[in-house]
Amino acid sequence: MNARPMLRGLWRWAREFAGERAYEVYLEHHHARHPGEPPLPEREFWRRRTDDRERNPRARCC
Amino acid sequence: MSDTMSPPTPQRRFSPRQVLIWGTVSVIGAVCWAVLALSRGEEVSAAWLVFAALASYAIAYRFYARFIVRRVLGVDDTRATPAERVDNGTDFQPTDRRVLFGHHFAAIAGAGPLVGPVLAAQMGYLPGTLWIIVGVIFAGAVQDMVILFFSMRRGGRSLGQMAREEIGPVGGVAALIAVLAIMVILLAVLALVVVNALKGSPWGAFSIAMTVPIALFMGFYLRYLRPGRVIETSAIGIVLLLLAIVGGGWVAESSLADTFTLSPQALTLWLIAYGFVASVLPVWMLLAPRDYLSSFMKIGVIALLAVAIVLALPSMKTEAFTDFAFNGQGPVFAGSLFPFVFIIIACGALSGFHALVASGTTPKLIEKESQVRVVGYGAMLAESFVAVMALVAACIIDPGLYFAMNMPTPALGPTLESASQAVASIGFTITPDQLAAAARSVEEATLVGRSGGAPTLAVGISEIFSQIFGGDALRAFWYHFAIMFEALFILTTVDAGTRVGRFMLQDTAGNVWKRAGDVSWWPGRYVASAVIVGAWGYFLWAGVNDPLGGINQLFPLFGIANQLLAAIALVVATTLLIKAGKVKYVWVTLVPLAWDATVTLTASWQKVFSDDPKVGFFAQREQYQQALDAGQTSLGTAKTVEQMEQVVLNTTVDGLLAAFFALLVIIILVDAARVWIRALRTGPLPTTEDPYVKSEIWAPSGLIPTAEERAHMRAARTAEAPRTPEPAP
Repeated sequence: MNARPMLRGLWRWAREFAGERAYEVYLEHHHARHPGEPPLPEREFWRRRTDDRERNPRARCC
Repeated sequence: MSDTMSPPTPQRRFSPRQVLIWGTVSVIGAVCWAVLALSRGEEVSAAWLVFAALASYAIAYRFYARFIVRRVLGVDDTRATPAERVDNGTDFQPTDRRVLFGHHFAAIAGAGPLVGPVLAAQMGYLPGTLWIIVGVIFAGAVQDMVILFFSMRRGGRSLGQMAREEIGPVGGVAALIAVLAIMVILLAVLALVVVNALKGSPWGAFSIAMTVPIALFMGFYLRYLRPGRVIETSAIGIVLLLLAIVGGGWVAESSLADTFTLSPQALTLWLIAYGFVASVLPVWMLLAPRDYLSSFMKIGVIALLAVAIVLALPSMKTEAFTDFAFNGQGPVFAGSLFPFVFIIIACGALSGFHALVASGTTPKLIEKESQVRVVGYGAMLAESFVAVMALVAACIIDPGLYFAMNMPTPALGPTLESASQAVASIGFTITPDQLAAAARSVEEATLVGRSGGAPTLAVGISEIFSQIFGGDALRAFWYHFAIMFEALFILTTVDAGTRVGRFMLQDTAGNVWKRAGDVSWWPGRYVASAVIVGAWGYFLWAGVNDPLGGINQLFPLFGIANQLLAAIALVVATTLLIKAGKVKYVWVTLVPLAWDATVTLTASWQKVFSDDPKVGFFAQREQYQQALDAGQTSLGTAKTVEQMEQVVLNTTVDGLLAAFFALLVIIILVDAARVWIRALRTGPLPTTEDPYVKSEIWAPSGLIPTAEERAHMRAARTAEAPRTPEPAP
């Protein structure tokens, strides 16, 4: 068994869990759904993503 | 099991291997339960409890959850979920089930499953264990999964919206009020837990105070220096957090110690100020980084605790049942086993609050319908396991110490001697020397009167962790680590909860005056935040100064409010099943609803009408009012006339609230019964489900793909383009 692909899978999973892949996912989504339009630059994307939570607060349980 | 006998869907019979596996799991579970049930008078290893829980969860997940998903709900993986249909790249997005499981778990599990079981340990380990395990299997996990499913079929509608659409405006308004009420009481209780953990503890107060600059730093780092680098930022944050804990130890021994030695009243004012400021600051500055920190800490510590318990296998010092289970005279909270164990332990067994999460973000992210089983049912089982571990941690510490920590502070008196006598008066023993030694071992001035669950749990965790990592030398570190871990996410909940409350308030006010509903208009934001903070701040202040002890008065109210919300969720679920014509399966939600309503109404009834002043708020009020009228200047633990007047005021407010909650339950039940009868008379009513759209994506159902699913993934990967979203297994 090679450990490298497994580690890479785990790292990818951790990034996904932490929400770090959001921009990559957004780019994929954007190219698929709105081809031709320029996507948001990375910095702007993260800024909007956090500010979005200003309008949609999430309940956290006890 | 019997559900293989009636096969509407073609499925294989159990293979010999499956029979062997599930037979073994059942036998292990049965043996563990038998040991727990039969052993008396000797110390029982926590292993039996842990494995009884795990075996029961496995069987419930495999058989009962599957039955509900297939027969009762009828999940359909050819149907596109809202995430797939809408897929707008922001809130609707098909998300890997394992990631979603983690997020959903982090959103439902907080301090609740850690606090309730600790308080319930005053009745022994068995009542809590039984309710946590049986309750989650038949009520809590069912509620979470069913609400998640129904919300998913309705484009991610919230519980309040579903209550309004399915039951009527009365149900909708009741749900709104219940959510606001529970939020206020929850925040007050959680803040009170933090106050009790930090009062007179410079170490704790310093480390918690440091979380604010750490979070601010992370916020700026993530905003301006390295946007999107969440793991890197969180790793820096966690290192700083550990340094803050170590630094707390130095501060406690330095000249700064006095600055960080805070009275409960001072802490209360700090917390109220923090709550207000945090909830009006931009999300990126404080809330978002805090959320990352507390989520990672939560998952890390819980995993660590599970490993440590399995490795250390401590034995439980508490009896299976103490006398307090039956005589209702327990000092931590009054009232007997039924109904109060089922009220005190909400999170971990059945928690209405989860219905808000299950009808909030999660249904908009789920990839496949069948995944409601792992995300809804599975995450709740995981929370239940957290509750079991908290119970274990509380039961392995000496009962004398447990009561010295958890009895109301006024009853324990000012000295170690008086505390020792107070513990002796309820039939347990601990000497003043032992109390001093216990406090010294975690480098605290005292452990007496630290009610609220968090410090008790921290002592238990430090006991377990120090057996595995570092021995006695690290005991004080682990204690403060555990305190930090709990206070961290309690403060995150305070921040997030105040925001949610503010939004609901602004939303409601916006119906009357449009401007007030505008969340970006700062006067509206400030006023609404102040109202919410003022509401929980009032209960917190009253709790901190309560001459009878705050936790024992407030926690039952929190439990009642939470179970009231569960009643609303289960009523909505039952209504939807009846409307969909699935009357023969309605017991799946109706039985937990009946149980929950019975428990909530009995508890409220006793809190309002009981003649026993320890249990009934109004009986207590009467007792103190009469004493005041008779010109007495002290009664019980209330030593002055002002304190007696305080008791009269608190019991009036608490009693009215308990009555109000009970009234809400009855209104909702009656209103829903009207809809049920109509639906039963006319047959299935028109559905509010979104129309069927065929799904174009495929994903495994469970956490770990089955052999067939793996074969399917391999086939898909070789047949199609190289870009498949599934990471390499």
